[in-house]
Amino acid sequence: MSFFRQVLAVTMMNLKTILERSGSSIVIIVGIAGSVAVMVSLLAMAEGLNSTIASTGQDDRVIILREGSNSELSSGVGMQEIDIVLNSPGVETIDGNALVSGELFVIVDLKKKGAEGTSNLPLRGVQPMSFKIRPELEIIEGRNFRSGTGEVIVGKGAYDQYEGLEIGNKIKIRDNFWTVVGIFSSDGDVHESEVWADLSVTQSAFRREGSASSISVKLEDKKTFDDLGGYIETYPNLDLKVQRESDFYEDQSSGADLIKYFGLTISIIMAIGAVFAALNTMYSAVSTRLVEIGTLRAIGFNGSSVLLSLMLESMILATIGGLLGALIAFVLFNGMTVSTLAGGSFTQTAFAFAVTGEVVKQGMILALVVGFFGGLLPAFNAARQDITTALRSV
Amino acid sequence: MSNNLIEVDAINKTYERGGETLVVLDDLSLNVPENDFLALMGPSGSGKSTLLNLIGGLDSPTSGSVRIKGDRLEKMSASALSNWRASNVGFIFQFYNLLPVLTANKNVELPLLLTNLSSSKRKEQVATVLNLVGLDDRGGHKPNELSGGQQQRVAIARALVSDPAILVCDEPTGDLDRETATEILELLQILNRDLGKTILMVTHDPVAADAAKRILYLDKGKLTES
Ligand SMILES: Nc1ncnc2c1ncn2[C@@H]1O[C@H](COP(=O)(O)OP(=O)(O)OP(=O)(O)O)[C@@H](O)[C@H]1O
Ligand SMILES: [Mg+2]
Repeated sequence: MSFFRQVLAVTMMNLKTILERSGSSIVIIVGIAGSVAVMVSLLAMAEGLNSTIASTGQDDRVIILREGSNSELSSGVGMQEIDIVLNSPGVETIDGNALVSGELFVIVDLKKKGAEGTSNLPLRGVQPMSFKIRPELEIIEGRNFRSGTGEVIVGKGAYDQYEGLEIGNKIKIRDNFWTVVGIFSSDGDVHESEVWADLSVTQSAFRREGSASSISVKLEDKKTFDDLGGYIETYPNLDLKVQRESDFYEDQSSGADLIKYFGLTISIIMAIGAVFAALNTMYSAVSTRLVEIGTLRAIGFNGSSVLLSLMLESMILATIGGLLGALIAFVLFNGMTVSTLAGGSFTQTAFAFAVTGEVVKQGMILALVVGFFGGLLPAFNAARQDITTALRSV
Repeated sequence: MSNNLIEVDAINKTYERGGETLVVLDDLSLNVPENDFLALMGPSGSGKSTLLNLIGGLDSPTSGSVRIKGDRLEKMSASALSNWRASNVGFIFQFYNLLPVLTANKNVELPLLLTNLSSSKRKEQVATVLNLVGLDDRGGHKPNELSGGQQQRVAIARALVSDPAILVCDEPTGDLDRETATEILELLQILNRDLGKTILMVTHDPVAADAAKRILYLDKGKLTES
């Protein structure tokens, strides 16, 4: 009881002096806010990219690539191979039609808004079944393209990022003009960073008649994966790799991990700097209060209550710094859409920074760790200082 | 059983400095009966503060014993000593050592935070001692809004508030003008006479020393009576 009262009294006193020592208190707050802001921003970026890519995959859908390929860009499948998949077991059907679609994945150069030069924008040539396989895809403006024409629809991520993708505009791809007729959303997944067109028109424009990059399949049930997989694997002279869509996109999200580790490294380096700032602040806070601490100890306050209250002071400053840093990251970046090269496809994926509770929690943990280590030594020193020596230092 | 409140028996206090041993107190003994008012004089560096700190339980002797009301201070652990100080000694310093961010009321209340008294009881007791030192209208002021003499009165109130038997004063008038010093000394005399406090006071000022009941001189580690 008395111990609690001691700690409270000394802590309140320390906090009152923070305002008087605002200069050095600001150093610790700003130092911690800086490293937390960097950490939260970079983690929010990784989080956003990760959730965009990870949300793309569904485990009752399958993507089939050429054996040995890790991305759609490096994969090629023939139209006769698509026919084999059409007749495979385990595949969902509607009115007797298998939910299987060959898709040609190519790259076009377009100018990004506010950027010099051009960037890689993925163009996906699809069959009508593609829309049945992906019911989350929704035309939010305009209409869908008509089969056999040079019409395209544009994902809203691509629409936001690139120039000239407004409805009615013509874009020049491979000596042909294509007309934008609609904009689609797709639950925030990677397809929103793509342009979609008719498969056969795309094949002829890119001189890829008779071939596609991948085959998308909707399973009867996620459990029928093995039926399809086993059938394709044992089919004579067929070199195809069957993967659940969720597994495929998980592999593609290594870019997000990279950002995350980069972010953690940078913020740990900054945090080490912040620990020194905190150490410095707390040492000077303690040294200007040596006589006060000595007086309290003479009166009968014990060393551990002095130690605990100095630690509390450091942790409180750290908390303020951490919250400030998270707030800065949130205000500057949350929801901001950017795009990056993601996965093995060397195409641009648009995603939004996501300052989630989890990310903020990690930032606050960093702040408290810095506050703890910054406060520990000075507090320990002050608490075990000889009372007589402390009182002498007038 | 003696009637001495404080029994200092054959204490030595030495400091090691750069390989050399500095003997500050040399086989020194001292008895202080209850309700004494003792002035301690001597040249600068003679160890007056050191002796006072040993009796106040802030420091421990290199050898020898300090017995107060039968308690052996040199045998106590740091935290036991801390508790002992809280209930047995009030400290009064040359530069008052008030906490600058706290009002006079809060400064005086500090020692009571170490007790189990309720908040209202604490306020009551603070008001009583501030009244005793003649500052009942200054409780809401911070130290920098008070004169030196007033600050020392607040410090005396703080030393008194938990009703310790002993007051330990290291040059309590060292920073005050003659007139204010006299007022403080008169206050100490009242505390000694009316409240029965045992007072040990270090001073360089012979006039201040005259306020005490007896004067001891410390030189070369030994005590001599005048
Ligand atoms: N922690 C310490 N380490 C080394 N020497 C010390 C320490 N504390 C005190 N001394 C020495 O002990 C001696 C006595 O010091 P003390 O403060 O008791 O003297 P004093 O009589 O109170 O002097 P003053 O009148 O100037 O206050 C001095 O020589 C001082 O330098
Ligand atoms: Mg001294």
